Amino acid sequence: MKIHEYQAKELLKKFNVPVPEGAVADTNREARQVAEELPAGPFVVKAQIHAGGRGKGGGIKTAATPDEVERLADQILGMTLVTHQTGPEGQVVNQVLVEQAQEIERELYLGIVPDRSLGRPVIMMSAAGGMEIEEVAARTPELIIKEAINPITGCMGYQARNLAFGIGLDPKLLRPAVSFIENLYRMFIALDCSLAEINPLVVTKDGKMLALDAKLNFDDNAMFRHHDLAALEDPAEMDPLEFEARKHHLNYIRLSGNVGAMVNGAGLAMATMDLIKAAGAEPANFLDVGGGASAEMVTNGFRIILGDPNVKGVLINIFGGILRCDVLASGVVEAVKTVQVKVPIIVRLEGTNVEQGREILQTSGLKFTVAADMQDAAKKVAVLVG
Amino acid sequence: MSVLVNNDTRVVVQGVTGKEGSFHALACAQYGTKVVAGVTPGKGGQQVEAIPVFNTVAQAVKDTGANTSLIFVPPAFAADAILEAAAAGVKVAVCITEGIPTLDMIKVMAVLKDSDCRLIGPNCPGIISPGQAKVGIMPGHIHKPGSMGLVSRSGTLTYEAVHQMSLLGIGQSTCVGIGGDPIIGTNFIDMLQLFQADPQTEGIVLIGEIGGAAEEEAAAFISRHVSKPVVGFIAGQTAPPGKRMGHAGAIISGGSGKASDKIAALTQAGVTMTTIGELGQTVKRVMGSRT
Repeated sequence: MKIHEYQAKELLKKFNVPVPEGAVADTNREARQVAEELPAGPFVVKAQIHAGGRGKGGGIKTAATPDEVERLADQILGMTLVTHQTGPEGQVVNQVLVEQAQEIERELYLGIVPDRSLGRPVIMMSAAGGMEIEEVAARTPELIIKEAINPITGCMGYQARNLAFGIGLDPKLLRPAVSFIENLYRMFIALDCSLAEINPLVVTKDGKMLALDAKLNFDDNAMFRHHDLAALEDPAEMDPLEFEARKHHLNYIRLSGNVGAMVNGAGLAMATMDLIKAAGAEPANFLDVGGGASAEMVTNGFRIILGDPNVKGVLINIFGGILRCDVLASGVVEAVKTVQVKVPIIVRLEGTNVEQGREILQTSGLKFTVAADMQDAAKKVAVLVG
Repeated sequence: MSVLVNNDTRVVVQGVTGKEGSFHALACAQYGTKVVAGVTPGKGGQQVEAIPVFNTVAQAVKDTGANTSLIFVPPAFAADAILEAAAAGVKVAVCITEGIPTLDMIKVMAVLKDSDCRLIGPNCPGIISPGQAKVGIMPGHIHKPGSMGLVSRSGTLTYEAVHQMSLLGIGQSTCVGIGGDPIIGTNFIDMLQLFQADPQTEGIVLIGEIGGAAEEEAAAFISRHVSKPVVGFIAGQTAPPGKRMGHAGAIISGGSGKASDKIAALTQAGVTMTTIGELGQTVKRVMGSRT
């Protein structure tokens, strides 16, 4: 789960990670008010969308006075911001963060992620702040200092010092740097983060260390113990169909093609998308209805897939293992009747009781195209939508 | 032979009185697996059909000689269940549970490092050595005893591959689903090592997917240490970056974890890459051409 920068900064404050003074605003008036309540200008007005690259897209501006803050907020609020991460359709800006501008001496990078190979959280720090860490890793990997943390001890002082000295930080800044790193790690663990990234972490001219920007992602699997965090999610940032699918416990991701796909199992769903593409068509979605796809799941799956007007045909690919094909076929027939599906449906069933399953489909009075195997199914659906 | 589970496997099912736990405990027993015990705290003394239920894994191990655990405990309690199995002396713990928090698994792995318990999963279908033992949720009847070892990050995709192979008369020594989560107990390299050393296994099928670098690490290992033929498949060539494709671990992030990189690395290591539609035929061709 992703949250906005202003929400991340409010959480950082709670964990004593220093951030610039400021607050979020929904209107230009509110933006002005925030600026007026800050000690002094200049100010920064920052569009609050989840995607990165906001500055280049015109979503971050500096202002000298509260008047200018109001004017800039008016421009930014409601704009559709297009960045390299939003896709060409962009993202509408509904809120701005107004902060005190900083006089910057140095820009650093600090990030924490779970490392899959090591099976541990890794803290990364770099003197090359303000750039995307992937770019730094590709071009100048020697600039990134890493420390893998033992989850039983947590981040030890020497590890924070290794990072700070490793990037050549002024020894005078050692204390604030160590506490910055340790506090960020404490938050990473306490909130079940899957990413905590401060980029840039700035050293100001007056010698303070501040999180100028902040990106926090949370582990979806841990949301059951963070109900307060779940409330921070912004539905405006999600695809409406993906949002709807999640309510029904369906794994759905919208893509740009026209062949809807309903599959049981995530791996098989990905493999089915790949086959559709190889057959010359484009998948409209990823949808995993789960290992034990019930009639209800299938019905909801149809509703979601057909909620995308681009869909010209649906490919159902089910490997019935524990789930029997006859049960599934009855579910599909029921669902097609309930949802009133008007596009062609290609069904590929395999596994337990497959013969009975195919018969239920063929004698249902509904128009199904039954495919022999995955390859055949993808070819047939490509022809039907082509 | 075979790896991880065989005729000597004695299974304790954790979460045996739950809906899924009881269903699959009985399905495993029906396949011929020695399911000797179940555990649900507070329900010790009950029975699930012929399977005796214990309060603790330690008691189950002591009374029944269970050496393998199959875990169906809900995500919030799964880390505890895995460590309970390890502490009780179980040698192989198979965790089916999907949705365990990553930081819980990080702690589990830090403890298991100093234990001789091997964890398979979580978020996996389990292990089957056809004709000997099934410790998982896969449909047993699609498998066929034979000489191909299979290792995969996915569930139904594995069934698809097995089904194609069995229809062509190609049997399997052991099939292992290592799980779709970012932090898992046993990785491709561990399995490649076991299959390479297993005399029954003559060839290996490796099924990967987008996310992480486990396939690239496997490729490096294969070129140095695996002499048996390997057939590979990677799911997710059409997956968009930044989106989690069902499995918690299936995500392309920051330009890494792409299918194309994994396919290139495995091809470079001498693995015969195939498509899912042709997997069975490819295995047949590769294994048939051996002298």
